[in-house]
Amino acid sequence: MERLPPPVMNGGAAGQPQQQRFSSLPSLRPLGGFQSPQPPPSMTLKPSTNVVPPPGPPRLDGSLMNGPPSALPPRVSLGGNFRPLFVNGQPGQLSGPPARPPTGPAQRSVVGHLVPPNVSPAGPPLKPPLGSGPVTTSSSPLINGHQRPSPPTNLPESISNRSSNRSSRQPSPIPTSQLDRMEMQATPVSGLTPSGSLTNLNEGFCPPTSRSQSSSSLVDESAKISPRMSPRMSPITTTTVSGQSLPVNGTPVSMSLSSEPSVSGTPVSNMPLNRTVGSPFQSSGQVANQTQVHLSDSVSSHSNSSPSTVQSSVSGHISMASSNVPSLSRRPISGSSVSGNHLSSASGTVPGKITHTAKPTSGPQSGVPSVSGTQHFIQKGSVGPSLAAQTHLATSTVPSSSVAASVASFAASNSPLVAQHSAVASVALSPSVGARPAVSAPMSNNIRRSVGPLPPSVGPPLASMGPQRSFGPPSTMDYRLTSLGPPQTSMGSPQMLMGPPQTSMGPPMLTSMGAPRPSLGPPPTSMGPPPTSMGPPPTSMGPPPASMGPLPTSMGPPPASMGPLPTSMGPPPTSMGPPPTSMGPPTLMGPPTSMGYRPTGVPPPMSTQGTAQPGSFPQYPGQQQQFQPQFRPSGPPNVTQLSQQLGGLSVTRDGWNKIWGTHPLDLLQQRQVLPPEGVVPPKPVLAQDYLPNCSPDIFRCTLTKIPETKSVLQKARLPFGMLIHPFKDLEHLPVVSCNTIVRCRSCRTYINPFVVFKGERRWECNLCFRVNELPEEFQYDPVSRTYGDPSRRPEVREATIEFIAPQEYMLRPPQPATYLWVLDVSRQAVDTGYLKIVCDVLLAHLDKIPGDRRIMIGFITFSNSVQFYLMGEDQKHVQMLEVGEIEEMFVPNPEDLLVNLEQSHSLVEDFLSTLPEAHAATFQTQSALGPALQAAYKLMSPIGGRITLMTTTLPSVGPGALKAREDPNQRAGKDIQNMGPATDFYKKLSLDCSGQQIAVDLFTLNSQYVDLATLTGVSKFSGGCIHHFPNFHVTRNPASVNPFMSCLTRYITRKIGFEAVMRIRATRGLAITNFHGNFFVRSTDLLSLPNINPDAGFGMQVNIEESLHNIRTACFQAALLYTSSKGERRIRVHTLCLPVSPNMHEVITAVDQQAVIGLLAKMAVDRCLSSSLSDARDALINACVDGLTAFKISLSSPAHGALEVPPTLQLLPLYTLALVKSIAFRGGLSTKLDDRLFAMCELKTLPLKHLITFIYPDLYPIHMLSEKGALNVDDQVIPQPGRLHLSAERLERCGAYLMDTGTTIYIYVRSGISSNWVEGTLGVPSYAVIPQPLYEDALPVLDTMDSQLLCNFVSHLQRNKPYHAPVLVLKEDNPARMMFIQHLVDDRTESSHSYIEFLQFLKTQIK
Amino acid sequence: INMSFTFAAFSYIIALIVDAFLIFFAIFHIIAFDELKTDYKNPIDQCNSLNPLVLPEYALHLFFNILFLIAGEWFSLLLNLPLILYHINRYRGRPVMTGPGLYDPTSIMNHEVLSQCQREGWVKLAFYLLAFFYYLYGMIVSLISGA
Repeated sequence: MERLPPPVMNGGAAGQPQQQRFSSLPSLRPLGGFQSPQPPPSMTLKPSTNVVPPPGPPRLDGSLMNGPPSALPPRVSLGGNFRPLFVNGQPGQLSGPPARPPTGPAQRSVVGHLVPPNVSPAGPPLKPPLGSGPVTTSSSPLINGHQRPSPPTNLPESISNRSSNRSSRQPSPIPTSQLDRMEMQATPVSGLTPSGSLTNLNEGFCPPTSRSQSSSSLVDESAKISPRMSPRMSPITTTTVSGQSLPVNGTPVSMSLSSEPSVSGTPVSNMPLNRTVGSPFQSSGQVANQTQVHLSDSVSSHSNSSPSTVQSSVSGHISMASSNVPSLSRRPISGSSVSGNHLSSASGTVPGKITHTAKPTSGPQSGVPSVSGTQHFIQKGSVGPSLAAQTHLATSTVPSSSVAASVASFAASNSPLVAQHSAVASVALSPSVGARPAVSAPMSNNIRRSVGPLPPSVGPPLASMGPQRSFGPPSTMDYRLTSLGPPQTSMGSPQMLMGPPQTSMGPPMLTSMGAPRPSLGPPPTSMGPPPTSMGPPPTSMGPPPASMGPLPTSMGPPPASMGPLPTSMGPPPTSMGPPPTSMGPPTLMGPPTSMGYRPTGVPPPMSTQGTAQPGSFPQYPGQQQQFQPQFRPSGPPNVTQLSQQLGGLSVTRDGWNKIWGTHPLDLLQQRQVLPPEGVVPPKPVLAQDYLPNCSPDIFRCTLTKIPETKSVLQKARLPFGMLIHPFKDLEHLPVVSCNTIVRCRSCRTYINPFVVFKGERRWECNLCFRVNELPEEFQYDPVSRTYGDPSRRPEVREATIEFIAPQEYMLRPPQPATYLWVLDVSRQAVDTGYLKIVCDVLLAHLDKIPGDRRIMIGFITFSNSVQFYLMGEDQKHVQMLEVGEIEEMFVPNPEDLLVNLEQSHSLVEDFLSTLPEAHAATFQTQSALGPALQAAYKLMSPIGGRITLMTTTLPSVGPGALKAREDPNQRAGKDIQNMGPATDFYKKLSLDCSGQQIAVDLFTLNSQYVDLATLTGVSKFSGGCIHHFPNFHVTRNPASVNPFMSCLTRYITRKIGFEAVMRIRATRGLAITNFHGNFFVRSTDLLSLPNINPDAGFGMQVNIEESLHNIRTACFQAALLYTSSKGERRIRVHTLCLPVSPNMHEVITAVDQQAVIGLLAKMAVDRCLSSSLSDARDALINACVDGLTAFKISLSSPAHGALEVPPTLQLLPLYTLALVKSIAFRGGLSTKLDDRLFAMCELKTLPLKHLITFIYPDLYPIHMLSEKGALNVDDQVIPQPGRLHLSAERLERCGAYLMDTGTTIYIYVRSGISSNWVEGTLGVPSYAVIPQPLYEDALPVLDTMDSQLLCNFVSHLQRNKPYHAPVLVLKEDNPARMMFIQHLVDDRTESSHSYIEFLQFLKTQIK
Repeated sequence: INMSFTFAAFSYIIALIVDAFLIFFAIFHIIAFDELKTDYKNPIDQCNSLNPLVLPEYALHLFFNILFLIAGEWFSLLLNLPLILYHINRYRGRPVMTGPGLYDPTSIMNHEVLSQCQREGWVKLAFYLLAFFYYLYGMIVSLISGA
């Protein structure tokens, strides 16, 4: 997987020892057996390897799943490197450990001589902790990465290679025994169960098996260790244990690493770990996370290996601890429970056997203050004696009952799945039965559909059986069976398969069956994309039956198979197809797009054959039933009859087209093209529609059918690309934690729902088609506790999933959440009053900043000079350091500028409450923004994190100073100058930041020009976000205050991912060419995102480099690797699967117009910057013309004088026009350059949903809200007024309208509005007295029906936004109405077309 | 045979030598972009190594063309003129950057930019190679004819 770029700073010799520490341990795979969950094979290994299996993870999962995972070397704490790194790295200015005070002096001293001589009785001091065991391989293949890590299965993709120069650091591929983490979590994870239940599961899990396992290993250890340790866990004790280090430091500091007693107590493990079990979930989304946490923790010290190992490891740890202290980023791997045991053993309380490796029950956990962070910085003396007690609690045994219950619930939740699985199984079987193997999957799918609601097993009854027997090669059946599991199900399935075809096609069936049979031999390929399928049965009717099999279309009328041939088919008719037969009720199909899809309809063939036949074929869905009986007879293939019927379809094509919504519209006639209920994104129609596809909110493609060849794409003349919102806040996110993340060995794709299983042990990658081995653990089904059916795993059941990454995915220990605020305190800035708001909001949400106990925060302010604030914990007051040397910026004091929020909480509060006054009297008018940023970069570079930059004025002094380039007289010009950066200072700085995992988020609150074109560079390439609040002023522009506050609140509290990278993979043949958004492209498919936030969207353009022949579906997979604010490395994987079509018409009718416009907007922004504004406008319009032209060409008989478009493109002209008139691209209207540039940034980064609202705001009539058609959410009636076109002609004189632009909600009241309404909603007697402007409490909550409905509606709108939009009430006769009027983009303005004019213009352009 | 060492001959010899260097430049260029395309290099590093070479390459090319100019080798100059103009134009259109060079790590990974640069590398390599033999020929001719 994507790896972090190696931190740059560690350089020199000093770094060496650390690297050693990271030495990779090759994970020992269990030699044998996976057979029984109970006895972990690892146990057997112990003697020989010298390594002891991790203390049995108490969890159920652990034992079961892990079983195989064998012995893992004691876990090394990663934490180490972090700290020292900066020390070494930045000798000059950051002499000390820069940021982190707590560890302070002691550590530094340690760094000098890493390990005290006498440290460990056991190993040589410097040795890497793991060293003793055979396990330890010092080799970290990755280091400089020219080779990939040897451990086969999950190699992280070594990013290090790419940035080879920088990498000096070793990846820490320590395969810790994360056994426990793995599987089970997966279970809860699977997301199948409601999150709430998950939590229970975790806590409750304590499989008996695990206990036994753990016990054995622990015993030895405890015995040996215990003597050394003092009985109770007093902090001191810990010292001794980890001990030996203490003398070195002279301070107990190192000890305290683990905040929790239990952790510290553990002899071997410094591992931290205590993830707070009890902590309340913050959000539903996070629930999942937490769960995993629980699960995952535990392994910790596997230390229990032979004594020698243990000791060595200990020493290793010590050294580490001393060196690293603060960084602490250890991974929370060790389970609290485990550690607890250790403790007890160590303490001697539990003498010989620790049979109960209990997981901390919820009780104890709750009792323990949540130590969420793995480690937190060491506080002197922080380790209280009390900790020991807590530890004890943790050790208490787990309630078995709860476990059982949880399991049960889980099973229940899965049960529906089982049915599905059976279906899957049947699919696999199907090939053996008769059809071609390849087809099988789709077929089953079809079957399901045809059957309708019935579970697949039901299948078509006896009739269907008939064929089966006839074909019935039992032998083949058996073959299949072995691989697939329960024979019974398999039997059922074949029936099913047979069934549908019969009904539909009767005759063809026989032929098809017969022919293929011989070919059956090679069933293994069954699932795979049958290469042949698409192909080609050129012969129209004769052979079709044979071909049917493979074709997805098999469902319906077999002739469908013919369809794919472009040659044979007429273009349009395809859509009509045979849907009736296959589909059942046509209504199901819903989205028009589905039409094109092959399986549903078999369109194309129709036309060809149509010539032959009269239309006896039933046309409408309602008649379907009749239809089926007709064919039932399944006699010998009666080709002529068949073709006749098909031919009939062509006659009735139009009717079908209408029904299916693919009938071309004449835009010139159709005045209302905007669906009142909103645009529903087209859903890709897959043959296997039971497979979960990625949500359109997250991942969308402009084409829901991928053109098969480049020429088809070129003919379709549509932009091909993806839009993704990868870090969206999700309510249900399955999270999996496992030993080995299953990935393709050649292309590194993560296993996903669209892979094809080949038997039990292998799967075929759906991107590169390599056949991979399946790790044994993947076949374990936690629900049934059986092996053999990998398809039940959450990884293959969810298209969006999150993995907890094992250590191979880290180049360094996960960084602490670090936030640095860089605030403008010049005169102008203070005047706006923003400083107070920022401080207040921050103060109010200080506790909600995402992060664990390691959160670090710092502040820098700038005006003529740059000010720093010392807030070390040992200080009584915040001390300001001012640096006037802005030409050569330096950081005056590397320590105490970034402080631990927890430890310096009160100082930070003091600071925030006094900051506004401190600068209230300033007279500095200059802005040294550049130097301040440089200082911020230097301060943050050892750690990485987020810099929040707020500015109100143009940077005027020092490096990065800018000049006002905007000519106000040119604001309305046709072509705008100065849209590019004036200097590359900010870009270079942001690249540096990106290299150090720092993102810069920019807030501009300017009333004057600040040159966003240049300034935004600092965010664009560092993965930051950009917010712009023009004319912000607390008193002069009070309307701007609320949006700023709500934005800031969201900004501070929203989820954040650090040191992230995102890689996009696509099926072989597709290549991603351009990316859009804020990031740095590090290689062709890898985006470097120092931070990722849930409001960031990305786009990418895709190119077809090789034809996709023989592929029925194409997939895209986006994998986002990030460090959560809690210090966990996670991978979020989204997989989107789309059908491939060779037919240009199908492609066009399956367009996702919103995605198209989203991508076009991004491309137009690029065009603007590289060429000119007018070029970009032309390009936009041309893109629209091209799309419509292509459709017209694809029509066999285009209507004359009409502007025909498919329903899937009906909004394209509307959106295009809106885009051309948007702030970003408009000409003629006076637009500030900064506003324009900001709008461009928004177009580049907004997630599609918000982007569409941004381009084409939603307009609703609200003067007659009613409960008709209302939604009912949480007992609130939410009326659903239909959306209106943005045209003044839609505004009735006696109406009131609400416009949602995404960032603002306008309520526009026209003069004719009834007084009742005004009184009922606004609380004033009549229109005339509506106060203007209405900013605060614009919508009073009144006790009237109107008010209730409106408030519900508004709050419903607000819920869908990242943060609340201000509500402005505008009267028709107020000049402020222009804010509303300017969004009416359907109307003509002095310099632009109206919508109708635009359509007419398009018509002239379309030849 | 009389051979005389004219200035024209001298300029061809210089051109020959310099052209050999240019060929290396072009090869390096091609390799560098190929590495970028195949993920082996970080674009920042790659740009840092490529950018310093841009102006020297242009300067070298310009240098022997000035020799041609002085020597009155109009045809040779004419052959190189398009490339000179291309260089000038290319450098004028470079992205905003403080240092010398053409390549911006933030845009170089764009497909068009990448393929354009690759194509440019191959075309230049071909041009320099052909030119190499032409200069060889020119050198001999001028040596002989100068007699």
